[in-house]
Amino acid sequence: MTRVFVPRDVVALALGAEKIAAAIAATAKARGADVAIVRNGSRGMFFLEPLIEVETPAGRIAYGPVSPKDVASLFDAGFLNGGTHALRIGKPEDHPYLKRQTRLTFARCGITDPLSLEDYAAHEGWLGLKRAIEIGGAAIIDEITKSGLRGRGGAGFPTGIKWKTVADTKADRKYVVCNCDEGDSGTFADRMVIEDDPYMLIEGMTICGLAVGATKGYVYCRSEYPHGIKAFNEALGHARAAGYLGKDVLGSGHAFDIEMRVGAGAYVCGEETALLESLEGRRGMVRAKPPLPAIHGLFQRPTVINNVLSFAAAPFILAHGAKAYADFGMGRSRGTMPLQLAGNIRYGGLFETAFGLTLGEIVEDIGGGTASGRPVRAVQCGGPLGAYFPPALFDTPFDYEAFAAKDGLIGHGGIVVFDDTVDMLTMARFAMEFCAIESCGKCTPCRIGSTRGQEVIDKILAGTNVDANIRLLEDLCQTMKFGSLCALGGFAPYPVLSALRHYPEDFKPHAVIAAE
Amino acid sequence: MPAVFDVQRAQEIIDAHLALEGPLLPILHAFIEEFGFVDDAAVPQIATALNLSRAEVHGVVTFYHDFRREPAGKHVLKICRAEACQARGSESVARHCLADLGVDWHGTTQDGAITVEPVYCLGLCANGPSALFDEEPIAALTADKLLGVIEEAESA
Ligand SMILES: Cc1cc2nc3c(=O)[nH]c(=O)nc-3n(C[C@H](O)[C@H](O)[C@H](O)COP(=O)(O)O)c2cc1C
Ligand code: SF4
Ligand code: FES
Ligand code: FES
Repeated sequence: MTRVFVPRDVVALALGAEKIAAAIAATAKARGADVAIVRNGSRGMFFLEPLIEVETPAGRIAYGPVSPKDVASLFDAGFLNGGTHALRIGKPEDHPYLKRQTRLTFARCGITDPLSLEDYAAHEGWLGLKRAIEIGGAAIIDEITKSGLRGRGGAGFPTGIKWKTVADTKADRKYVVCNCDEGDSGTFADRMVIEDDPYMLIEGMTICGLAVGATKGYVYCRSEYPHGIKAFNEALGHARAAGYLGKDVLGSGHAFDIEMRVGAGAYVCGEETALLESLEGRRGMVRAKPPLPAIHGLFQRPTVINNVLSFAAAPFILAHGAKAYADFGMGRSRGTMPLQLAGNIRYGGLFETAFGLTLGEIVEDIGGGTASGRPVRAVQCGGPLGAYFPPALFDTPFDYEAFAAKDGLIGHGGIVVFDDTVDMLTMARFAMEFCAIESCGKCTPCRIGSTRGQEVIDKILAGTNVDANIRLLEDLCQTMKFGSLCALGGFAPYPVLSALRHYPEDFKPHAVIAAE
Repeated sequence: MPAVFDVQRAQEIIDAHLALEGPLLPILHAFIEEFGFVDDAAVPQIATALNLSRAEVHGVVTFYHDFRREPAGKHVLKICRAEACQARGSESVARHCLADLGVDWHGTTQDGAITVEPVYCLGLCANGPSALFDEEPIAALTADKLLGVIEEAESA
């Protein structure tokens, strides 16, 4: 019997993976070939999806991007034995895109069947949890702190400090909440975790539960991820049935269970306090801090709230020790960051690497420039609230502090590339429009300012008092930056101001640009 | 999905969720799943069951983009309008799709077959433009590809 891997990651599905799997099964049957189809996760090389793999005595051999009509010719070429074909990639692990990565968090991704507990255990699964049970709460937090792990959701807050605060706060109940709202355009790493390696998140959250003394965890996932929601719920069921979750986790005497909750299309619910409001069943309005969620969080109880990737780093750190993680990275940015290369980019996908590559290396060397083949004009980093970087800033190293020094943010690691056809005034307008659509409405600069921002930009577009309106726009941005409660209103000015600073030639009436 | 609201079925759904912590969003999602929309008549019903004011429930229903208050078409098509898809030409592809269907954003085709909504990122950002047709994800969207998907759904 030959095992053929056809990914179940939504990128592969969106490019026809179901039809490919069906065609392989049907063709194998017709030709009398003994084939077992495994639905693995994605390797994260999205430019090669659907990427199918065949298990041969010489290792797994990949073919991609495959379409259903290629299946017959793959059989003709003897792909079940790794035969030559125009789509043959060779061993995936030898592909330069994977070879150049440091996969700590995404080590299993694409290799295993995401829902197989057997696969997970065979690939270092549960080692972190087992060690966590052995060493106990204080030592777990010590490891996380020493690893230097900083929150991967955006703000980069030290994870160990957060866990310690919750551990030190006495209460009748505590919660672990996972932020899987992943609202930033250009990001998909959280999605890949819940679809392609869900037990890793379960393990990470359980480690946290043990560390802080919480017995209940929630994963709050955006509704835009229906496939991830299904996969993760299925994984929860298997993990519970096998005793990794429940009243007595792995016989440790500790209880911990996880429930998945689904958002309802509000970007602001990715903000941690709005997320907690939403979980409690209210409008996703941002809460003023303090009190910190670590002290008064979900249902007023001490709550750890972390991004998916922060929890997902915990099993590796516990299994291999803090130093093994902290050895990667630069400055105060330790470990690896799963970069997400998106937009108009030739080699889009997930690229996990130690901090410190320059933006230019990421976009040009790894990403291969634009998909359209035109010159790169702008790169937006860190989601819709992140600044636009021009190629002139490509020497900026990918690191929390280095980006902040350039008025940018690395956020959740999304990198969105635009070619030279982009109109930056339109992108600036979109930033304001998005802020207006998604504002929770609590503060005036964000709620009203974003709408005023669109109007001012429309005036610039139309050629009305252009210089005065540009000054007004700058002024408005300052008001939003300093007068907003959360980073939605507070950071929406960054894409606008960076567009204005680096692309002033676009801030003209469009009739004038057309005439030039 | 039946686009008719049924008080009795609604009560069953509410009751099935009462044991949850923070049951309101799960209830509203279940209504969307069952009826395709949240009928105004459901608001007082939920409020009573959860011991909330009508205003609180109304506030929640109207806050979230997902909780549609009118019946939708037989299929819901969500087209991504976020930056990474824009960088791959999503706005012009979307304009073509809308023109082909003869609707604007949030509109439903005349035959009631398809409602089109904007969405801001589906996590397919390296393979845009992206869309979700009911639960079927579509990458590298073109107007032609969309017509193919619709045809297939209609003939299924
Ligand atoms: C408007 C807004 C949206 C946010 N969206 C997300 C999100 O989708 N996912 C996430 O993990 N954090 C998001 N954050 C950051 C969270 O508020 C919070 O910092 C994070 O969940 C903490 O986890 P971490 O320490 O592991 O990063 C958002 C913040 C703001 C202001
Ligand atoms: S800045 Fe905007 S989203 Fe944030 S709290 Fe204020 S109104 Fe709400
Ligand atoms: S009275 Fe508060 S914003 Fe108008
Ligand atoms: S921006 Fe369209 S799928 Fe992410």
